[in-house]
Amino acid sequence: MRRIEIFERSQIRKKPLKFSIGDTVKIYVKVQEGGRERTQVFQGVVIKKQGSGIRETFTVRKISFGVGVERTFPIHSSKIEKVEIVTHGDVRRAKLYYLREKVGKRARVKVKRVDRSKLEAEAKAEEEESLAVEAEESKIEEPIEEAVSEESVSASDESSESAEEKQA
Amino acid sequence: MKSILGKKIAMTQMFMEDGRVIPVTVVEAGPCVVTQIKTVEKDGYSAIQVGFGDIKERRTNKPLRGHFASNKLQLKKYLREFKVEDVSLYKVGQEVKTDIFNVGDKVDVSGVTIGKGFAGGIKRWGFSGGPASHGSHSHRIPGSIGASATPSRVYKGKKMPGHLGSVRRTIQNLEVVKVDVQNNLLFFKGNVPSAKGNLVVIKGAVKCKA
Repeated sequence: MRRIEIFERSQIRKKPLKFSIGDTVKIYVKVQEGGRERTQVFQGVVIKKQGSGIRETFTVRKISFGVGVERTFPIHSSKIEKVEIVTHGDVRRAKLYYLREKVGKRARVKVKRVDRSKLEAEAKAEEEESLAVEAEESKIEEPIEEAVSEESVSASDESSESAEEKQA
Repeated sequence: MKSILGKKIAMTQMFMEDGRVIPVTVVEAGPCVVTQIKTVEKDGYSAIQVGFGDIKERRTNKPLRGHFASNKLQLKKYLREFKVEDVSLYKVGQEVKTDIFNVGDKVDVSGVTIGKGFAGGIKRWGFSGGPASHGSHSHRIPGSIGASATPSRVYKGKKMPGHLGSVRRTIQNLEVVKVDVQNNLLFFKGNVPSAKGNLVVIKGAVKCKA
């Protein structure tokens, strides 16, 4: 059983995609076309997330030429280049199936007012966190080697931290 | 031909390079040990006997222990024979590992299917079943099993309820999608007969050239 978990974890994307139900998002999908790869954008409202771990998927709904189109993506697919949040949605449900029966103006999701500066600060904090995690991971990867290399890693960590302090 | 013994671990899914998600079965294959070599001169046919899986000594009997002791090998749980054309390639005590397979190889995998017990015609043979409502009482019954005066008997091989599963089955032409030599794991596209933790026999595909 553990081996399955390890195998599944190895396929999970390193940086999680950040968005929630009700958000209007742009999905950048890599498409193979005649031996050439290009990026396609699919913009719509996230109406559901389901599953967990490697099996997790999300569904995006949009109205294309008057026809409702829903597309389901596996979250951990390497074909998803990035997800850009256009607007944050203000919704009370985890599954927005009710949008399917609504047409026109009623098929909209309320937009949540979000403090931009707060978000940016959060993003920054996250980035630092992820950097720290990466540093830790590199530490984990190298325990086979002797303590000397570990010391050098921690030393480089300190130096990078001090550099950040200077910037602040 | 390439052959190895393994233990089915579980099924999961895997992302291919082109973004597709495929179902995969994970099998712990090997390391196997060649325990005996059978030759035409001595046994009338040429094959290798291969052992797989550890077993406690108190779970073995004396003849089995003797079989392993004569070649100074560790006790193995399963022993199976594989026909080979050229026996000279093998030696007793030689290890067989997953590295004999490459990604893209086609294999036939045999195992004992999951036992379903006594099953009715719908589950066992895919009968349609009767109406569920409108006063119907024939929900899952098999219905008529033949004509009346002629032949005035039931034909042999008539599909009827009975024991289902727990028989040896082979799935042909399964694709190897990943080989993990370090952890002795093989990943096949699709399902493999047998319950989790049971023995499966993996052979190079019979119906696939190359």
